[in-house]
Amino acid sequence: MSPTSIFAPVSTPAESIFGVSVFVLQTVAGIFVVVCALLAYAVWKFRAHGSSKNEPAQIYGSTQVELAWTVIPILIVVTLFLATTRVILEVQNAPRAANAMDVIVTGHQYWWEFHYPGLNIVTANELHVPVSDPAHPTPTFLTLLSADTDHSFWVPRLAGKTDLIPNHPNQMWIDPHETGLFLGQCAQYCGTQHAKMLLRVYVQPREEFERWVREQQQMPETDASDGKRVFESTACVNCHTVAGTAAKGRFGPDLTHLMTRETIAAGAAPNTPDLLRLWIKNPDAIKPGSKMPAMGLSDQDANAVTAYLETLR
Amino acid sequence: MSANTIAIPSEAPVRPLTLRLHEWVTTVDHKRLGILYIGYALIFLAMGGIEATIMRVQLIRPHNDFVSPEVFNRMFTMHGTTMIFFVAMPMVFGFANYLVPLMIGARDMAFPRLNAFSFWMTALGGIFLYFSFFGGDGLYGAGSAPDVGWFAYAPLTAKTFSVGHSTDFWTLSLLSSGIGSIGTAINIIATTLCMRCPGMTLGRMPLFVWLSLVMAALVILAISPLSAAQIMLMVDRYLGGHFFDTQAGGSAVIWMHFFWVFGHPEVYVLALPAFAFASEIIPVFSRKAIFGYPVMVLATIAIGFIGMSVWAHHMFTVGMTAGANAFFVLSTMAIAVPTGIKIFNWLATMWGGKLRLATPMLFCVAFLFQFLIAGLTGVTLAVAPFDWQLSNSYYVVAHFHYVIVGGILFCIFAAFYYWFPKFSGKMYDEALGKWHFWLFVIGFHLTFDFMHVPGILGMPRRIYTYEPGRGWDIWNLIVTIGVAFQAAGVLVFAANLIWSYLRGKRAGNDPWDAWTLEWSTPSPPPAYNYAVIPTVRSRRPLWDLKHPEDPDWRYE
Repeated sequence: MSPTSIFAPVSTPAESIFGVSVFVLQTVAGIFVVVCALLAYAVWKFRAHGSSKNEPAQIYGSTQVELAWTVIPILIVVTLFLATTRVILEVQNAPRAANAMDVIVTGHQYWWEFHYPGLNIVTANELHVPVSDPAHPTPTFLTLLSADTDHSFWVPRLAGKTDLIPNHPNQMWIDPHETGLFLGQCAQYCGTQHAKMLLRVYVQPREEFERWVREQQQMPETDASDGKRVFESTACVNCHTVAGTAAKGRFGPDLTHLMTRETIAAGAAPNTPDLLRLWIKNPDAIKPGSKMPAMGLSDQDANAVTAYLETLR
Repeated sequence: MSANTIAIPSEAPVRPLTLRLHEWVTTVDHKRLGILYIGYALIFLAMGGIEATIMRVQLIRPHNDFVSPEVFNRMFTMHGTTMIFFVAMPMVFGFANYLVPLMIGARDMAFPRLNAFSFWMTALGGIFLYFSFFGGDGLYGAGSAPDVGWFAYAPLTAKTFSVGHSTDFWTLSLLSSGIGSIGTAINIIATTLCMRCPGMTLGRMPLFVWLSLVMAALVILAISPLSAAQIMLMVDRYLGGHFFDTQAGGSAVIWMHFFWVFGHPEVYVLALPAFAFASEIIPVFSRKAIFGYPVMVLATIAIGFIGMSVWAHHMFTVGMTAGANAFFVLSTMAIAVPTGIKIFNWLATMWGGKLRLATPMLFCVAFLFQFLIAGLTGVTLAVAPFDWQLSNSYYVVAHFHYVIVGGILFCIFAAFYYWFPKFSGKMYDEALGKWHFWLFVIGFHLTFDFMHVPGILGMPRRIYTYEPGRGWDIWNLIVTIGVAFQAAGVLVFAANLIWSYLRGKRAGNDPWDAWTLEWSTPSPPPAYNYAVIPTVRSRRPLWDLKHPEDPDWRYE
């Protein structure tokens, strides 16, 4: 079973889409069977035998049958159009629930920034949302922005995709009915590492989500260490933020709670000490063409920075 | 038809190669220009095919490292741009150039010099595009060959994101070939409207000519905004404009509108000639007149009109209002009606006929099945909510390859086999033709049937690699295996063309016992086409000649 199948929806927008998809697929399958059978029959039945030179009867057309195969398709089109429009309105113009949570999603060349304005949280690549009980929905509304090129937010089991376009804010919403990890990735070509701009959405029970929120809202305790000194004395701080320290860059992901994330490099690698160190030392080894430069750290400094980042919980 | 030819000494002395080449370069003969277009398209078909193969090898398994992401991104950009602008368009222009004057009983196109100019502008466009491999670095050393995708969404094309000159070569290439395309379109329109032989009213024009006329009108309407957008992009990149430069307040969405208001009619620019081939070949190989000629013409015009109003179905995910989305759902679905009429009319043409399943007809029959599927998956994509899932996924890639390969390319192959005897004077090898057909059918279905599945399973297009464990692996493997069969089919095709040209049997004037005027000329036709301009009384002038007891003009 694919973790990214559009036919395994767990959230209202994806479910509405699934419903109309099945309807249109059944309709076109019916048309396919009928027309395909007629074609196959015609090819089989009317193939020439022998090399007789007699020409078959010449028929130039028939108003009745041509009218029939104009009117019937029109009726099918009208039906499909009405079914489609219903779902467009259902998904696109859904009223916003009062208890909905807001997340501002900003696409960057090759990673995702998630800002929870109501909760004062900024994180990257791994979106955490509370599960939504269908009886008492708690949907999440996403405002989609881009810092550079076009991107597209696509987690197939939660909703259809919506693009993140610079100067063109978009909206979408999800209300996942099941807890768990839902995968997706950028679906609009955005440059060299479009392929490794992966998305992870963690749908959590309410209490677990609130625990995560509290964790993200705390300031990490960072002691003065060699690693911190190296981190703050190199260009790392130009792009990354660690709350409460000198690192205030906005170009790359916020690292304040890096260790609460399961992956690094926008989902391209698991967040293990070895891979984190490799990522710092030589980003191209994990994600060639990513915007993170190799800083040319010595092994000792790379170890120290890794150790420092390991303290950011 | 000996009355139609002027006797020329058959043992003309062999002229030196340079002289013959010079004749080809300076020619204004519509037939030679047609062959230049087609030969040029075949060269680029090989290039685009190699690019596709490189991509498929890279995607054969997850985390493959056959090529770098940079190379992969160049490959899909070059593959798309090449196949649309330098294979499909020159191919259909080539056939239209060769056949339209012959079919309407004219001696050449209306503007022979414009015709030559148009071809060479198109040729220059292809050279610009491929020169980017050498010149794209510019002074910056950043990237060679464009890597912005064939629809080159802003702001990836802005100076900030595309340093060096690869995007400039892409822009120049499309601008240059666009001028050529508009020139040819004007020429086709003028020729069909003004150069028809006596008796050939619009209502008696072969469907091929009708469809070429509508295609040419669409070219003018579609290529003009594309060319305008290219100029605006150049202004952005070099003259400080901000049309699409989002960092200075430009609009990325405006580029999308410009591109797709070209991009969707472009599908019909390519599909109408394919329909045109099918509309000539299916009747001849069914031994019946086309069913419902007036409705076929009306359906073509309807496709032209509706085709101009569907472009934003490429943009269902960019955040248009519900009303705009609904409009483009309706217009897109509406186009299924005239397209469906065409499929039914071809079916009715075959019904009650005597089908000769030679290679051209085999390709047309496969076209009918495949185009049916392509049209139906098109209807699924027209359902905007379904498209929110499927847009930019491999399902879309499978769908439009079903249209362009399964529909258009199959008809182009049919056209090659059907008119090869006329163009070359030689008959192709039927056994090799059937090998080509079956290899290509198997390859096509292995590749493009199974390509729908990873899209449904969430695989986006334009990714140079993918994660294991998403259920995509096996489908990608099958898709890549199909490429080998398609490549083998194309090699058999090339071998057949070369071998038949050199060693094939003489074809004679009319090997298919066909009905349109080009078959009344010698094969290949002389430079002047017709010594005496023919006069026609019906849509099938050669049928009338062959069946004086039962001519078409009694019924039309």
